[in-house]
Amino acid sequence: MDRKTEQWPLWEVFIRARQGLDHKHAGSLYAADAAMAIENARDVYTRRNEGISIWVVESKFIHASNPDESASLYDPANDKIFRHPGFYHLPDELKNI
Amino acid sequence: MDLVSTFVIYWADNTLILGHRNSEWTGQGPILEQDIALSNIALDLIGQARNFYQLAAVRINRIDKNQTLTEDDLAYFRDPSEFRNLILVEQENGDWARTILRQFYFSSYQFLLYEELLSSADRDIAAIAEKSIKETRYHLRWSAEWVMRLGDGTEESHARMLDAIQMLHPFIGEIFTAADFEYEAAEKGVCPLPEKIKSRWYKEVNSTLASATIPVLSADKISPNALSGKNGVHTEQLEDLLSVMQILPRAYPGVSW
Amino acid sequence: MHATEQELFDSKISQEIRIEPKDWMPEEYRKMLIRQMSQHAHSEIVGMLPEGNWITRAPSLRRKATLIAKVQDEAGHGLYLYSATETLGITRDETIEQLHAGKAKYSSIFNYPTLTWADIGAIGWLVDGAAIMNQVPLCRASYGPYARAMIRICKEESFHQRQGFEILLTLSRGSEAQREMCQDAINRWWWPSLMMFGPNDDASPNSQRSMQWKIKRFSNDELRQKFVDVCVDQAKVLHMDLPDKDLKWNPDSGHYDFGEINWDEFYEVLKGNGPCNHERLEARKKAHEEGRWVREAAAAYARKKNHNHALI
Repeated sequence: MDRKTEQWPLWEVFIRARQGLDHKHAGSLYAADAAMAIENARDVYTRRNEGISIWVVESKFIHASNPDESASLYDPANDKIFRHPGFYHLPDELKNI
Repeated sequence: MDLVSTFVIYWADNTLILGHRNSEWTGQGPILEQDIALSNIALDLIGQARNFYQLAAVRINRIDKNQTLTEDDLAYFRDPSEFRNLILVEQENGDWARTILRQFYFSSYQFLLYEELLSSADRDIAAIAEKSIKETRYHLRWSAEWVMRLGDGTEESHARMLDAIQMLHPFIGEIFTAADFEYEAAEKGVCPLPEKIKSRWYKEVNSTLASATIPVLSADKISPNALSGKNGVHTEQLEDLLSVMQILPRAYPGVSW
Repeated sequence: MHATEQELFDSKISQEIRIEPKDWMPEEYRKMLIRQMSQHAHSEIVGMLPEGNWITRAPSLRRKATLIAKVQDEAGHGLYLYSATETLGITRDETIEQLHAGKAKYSSIFNYPTLTWADIGAIGWLVDGAAIMNQVPLCRASYGPYARAMIRICKEESFHQRQGFEILLTLSRGSEAQREMCQDAINRWWWPSLMMFGPNDDASPNSQRSMQWKIKRFSNDELRQKFVDVCVDQAKVLHMDLPDKDLKWNPDSGHYDFGEINWDEFYEVLKGNGPCNHERLEARKKAHEEGRWVREAAAAYARKKNHNHALI
């Protein structure tokens, strides 16, 4: 049996839990097309009002960073503390800043 | 029982029996995701049935002060000849194509009817329609999409859709043949006569069938059918269904579950 | 001097840092996860069958609706777990194939038949109760996707146990026949539920490994004891007996002592000789086979539409 003829693509599902929040990764599922993927996501991941908006994307289109390179990707940000507000020493009497 | 209550029972029975049929798929679906989808529709329909039964019970108890009927009395202690559901919905599931087509025919009618019921003279009925129409719109979309996938999918799925069309064709006529309770309810402004919805139903259904590369239905070719679920004359399939569904409450009457 | 991958992995485990899909992990760890997670997923899916049997016969509309919702949740849980297993590099199709070929296991409990309506209550109370006892610590499992799936599952599962207990409570307060039905179901499901925690610790070699890797957090016997302690008190609310003459409070240990599990039965069912092993597997295979043309049709339709889209 040729597996390809019945295989549906895998989709990643992102859900916005409520207005004002980002879409967050919820999991994956199989669907033949995008319309079906959204419907399935609604039935699978929002049975208890967990969401008000759904994104789906075929898993094959997701490119991930390589964990082996995580040192070169993320460590450089560690010593750039000037990006954080606490780096700057200002007098206590200064307000609203 | 007044005839408007019978109209309420008619919709309670339709939604319960179809919900029950759909729930027979739970655990047996063609893929997990669709198992979940059809179970959801079953749940929606049974939820609607409960609303209709509860309303019917209130109406009946109000007229006959000695009665204290509940939704379960109506669902579990009536005989097949007292059920008013369409013969379409009691038909066995068959394959996925027949289940889908049955849902599509039913939801198409239900959606058009609910739209009309929103302005029903009976506020209770209008309220149920308002609550349910969102679900029904979804059932309609879901089943229409599947009709297209199967009709225009593979040779096999196309052939199976044609079989389903043939199997279910005899049961379409009944939808549009008004029963006495529909005349009465229409008279009181509670619901439209089915005739009013007929041409729109054919138009909508045929437009989906055409995109699904399936020959369209002709409104003139309604096959005459001696059976009328609305009047309590059913196929044996309803008796089989009820003998399973009602078995416990009837074996142990008078207890709670 | 750079730490080796193995050292990095070990230090993450000891610091309670979750392992994520693309991180390096020992092959044995990956294999153990695939086995445990897919077994778990299969258990959810096969577990739909014994309860699904009673959807059409549920004795009230409310019970019917809750049972559909519950069985539907199990499909969802199977799906979350297949989806988490997939991150380890094995597709759902491959895992399901292993199940259908009889190469993968699922929880033996689902090889027992559901004979009366009270069984639906007993499954909710005892089987789901034991499952929750097992699953709550898995919310902290060292593999991220597994832990996240378990969090979602545990959140949903609590309604399952409550609906089961409510069914039994109603029966226990009902007619003589209903009380008998209730006791009979508890008698049949009690011991198989205790078996759900797996072999005794000294007979469970994988268990120790799994605890070192922080997939499991408690041993089989610890969880089983916790379950027994909880159930004894709950049975009192039902005014029902647990079918074990050796069950008694031990003031020294602060726990209930209980009788010896029939391990011969356990291993027989595990080997596939339970009352319903064959039936359950056949039902799954049938659904899969009969669904093939449906999956093919939807895939073919999607290909056509994509193709047409590309031409425009």
